[in-house]
Amino acid sequence: MEFITQPWPWYVGGPLITLVMITMFFFGKTFGISSTLKTICSIGGAGKVSDFFKFDWQSAVWNLFFVAGCIIGGFIAANYLSPDYAVTLNPKTVESLQSLGIQNPGAEYLPTSIFNWDNLLTSQGIIFMIVGGLLVGFGTRYADGCTSGHAITGLSNLQWPSLIAVIGFFIGGLVMTHLILPHIL
Amino acid sequence: MNKVKFLFAGIVFGIVLTKAEVVSWYRIYEMFRFESFHMFGVIGSAVVLGIICIQVIKRFKLKDFNGQPIIIPPKQKKFWPPLIGGTIFGLGWALTGACPGPIYIIIGNGFLVFIVVFLSALLGTFLFGLVMNKLPQK
Repeated sequence: MEFITQPWPWYVGGPLITLVMITMFFFGKTFGISSTLKTICSIGGAGKVSDFFKFDWQSAVWNLFFVAGCIIGGFIAANYLSPDYAVTLNPKTVESLQSLGIQNPGAEYLPTSIFNWDNLLTSQGIIFMIVGGLLVGFGTRYADGCTSGHAITGLSNLQWPSLIAVIGFFIGGLVMTHLILPHIL
Repeated sequence: MNKVKFLFAGIVFGIVLTKAEVVSWYRIYEMFRFESFHMFGVIGSAVVLGIICIQVIKRFKLKDFNGQPIIIPPKQKKFWPPLIGGTIFGLGWALTGACPGPIYIIIGNGFLVFIVVFLSALLGTFLFGLVMNKLPQK
């Protein structure tokens, strides 16, 4: 049981992600999560203003079951499989976050000083949660996939557009982390 | 009822990503600073094993549980959409510490304020649908 309640190393996490992807193939589906955002827009009637959302969303409902499972899985892991919520970071990472004003980096699973309801309507909260969410939703749809569809499934299937997309993920992530975050944290 | 199997696959995925700390904002920050092998190990091992598994599926023409051939649709051959869209997503990934799967999982972890991130991501997808015809398509 100790092994399960400890954080899982990369060589456990990575292969289990592959297992989920392969299981989906054997269920007759392709693994990819950002498309659920499009499906939910379509269900909400977005097809009235853009043909992009006019598609047979019933054929994509299976994926909503998958993401509902993600929420349940996240709940189970956080409440029953994780006695300790700390993340052991590189001391250099801790140091850089402290210098930017984050208290006790890694003591919690994510920085709740940024991600909390009271911070939502501050300029910092708007940038991290609302602008951040907008960029994720817009970018994944324009790129036609996210980490699951491009980085995992696409690269595994040796798709060039997925390699380009992953390069894009890193261009954006590096620019944000190194050039923008130091000014807004 | 046949969709319940996807619910279970999602539960496994949510547990794996939480336990492997893939959905921790700190891990994403650390990854983009190249200060830990962890995230590269997770994604790298998933992809290397994925390449091998898909080659086996194709080589042996494996069929799914319904007896249908397994077909993995190729991604459309484009350049600017994956590059620009990917960069936009990367900016958001480093801000929120979450890609779409983790947004759902983090809500399940109990950080309910990520419902706002989720709704913003829905709005972002909706806005893409409104302006997509004005963007580079190839």
